[in-house]
Amino acid sequence: MPEESKKFMYINRKAPYGTIYAWESLEVVLIGAAFEQDVSLAFMDDGVYQLTKGQDTTGIGMKNFSPTYSALGDYEVTKIYVDKESLEERGLSLDDLQHLVWEDEDEDWAEKDSIRLVSRTEMADILAGQDILFNF
Amino acid sequence: MGSIEANGKSYETDEEGYLADLNSWDKDVAEVMANIDDCELTDNHWEVINFLREYYEEYQIAPAVRVLTKAIGKKLGKDKGNSKYLYELFPYGPAKQACKYAGLPKPTGCV
Repeated sequence: MPEESKKFMYINRKAPYGTIYAWESLEVVLIGAAFEQDVSLAFMDDGVYQLTKGQDTTGIGMKNFSPTYSALGDYEVTKIYVDKESLEERGLSLDDLQHLVWEDEDEDWAEKDSIRLVSRTEMADILAGQDILFNF
Repeated sequence: MGSIEANGKSYETDEEGYLADLNSWDKDVAEVMANIDDCELTDNHWEVINFLREYYEEYQIAPAVRVLTKAIGKKLGKDKGNSKYLYELFPYGPAKQACKYAGLPKPTGCV
């Protein structure tokens, strides 16, 4: 990673379907990942639904893009922060989310977890430490 | 919008020659697309094309070239997971050209 790299964070607050925000955010993340910046993602409020398992969009005629989150590891996006309280308020837990991993090339492709559950206070500190925030 | 003829069948394409419908893809149309570019598909080409189709099936996106290179290296070995090898196979750019033959949309972020 170049020394002058900036810390980019993409904040996702909306449910996956119904608006285009979730998919647009994911596309921008994938494009931005090509520029080798320090990229991380945050999911809070209804945004936590974006990461849930077993999404089925057949009834709404939209593409189910949830499998694409599993590609983030390939794009070296390895820090996915999820707001713990947002999950709890919706009756969800880590088990309801997809198991997202990245493979560490330096450790013989060992699989490591990408999702980190954080409290609201921790999230505030993480946000404060970023150079650039994108809100979706 | 355009179309490509292969083996008596017509395939709808977009203005850049990518297939309009991913599901209409077959090996015949891949061969014809390659012939248009004066490229003959060898087993090495097919390895990459098939890999891309599997990647799309799993993740619903066409990978960026950097991601493709790394993933090919992991699956098929370091001697194939480098841009020199991939550009020799697909001189117009491995992600762009191979995705086209694989019937996938242009990779996200590709211009």
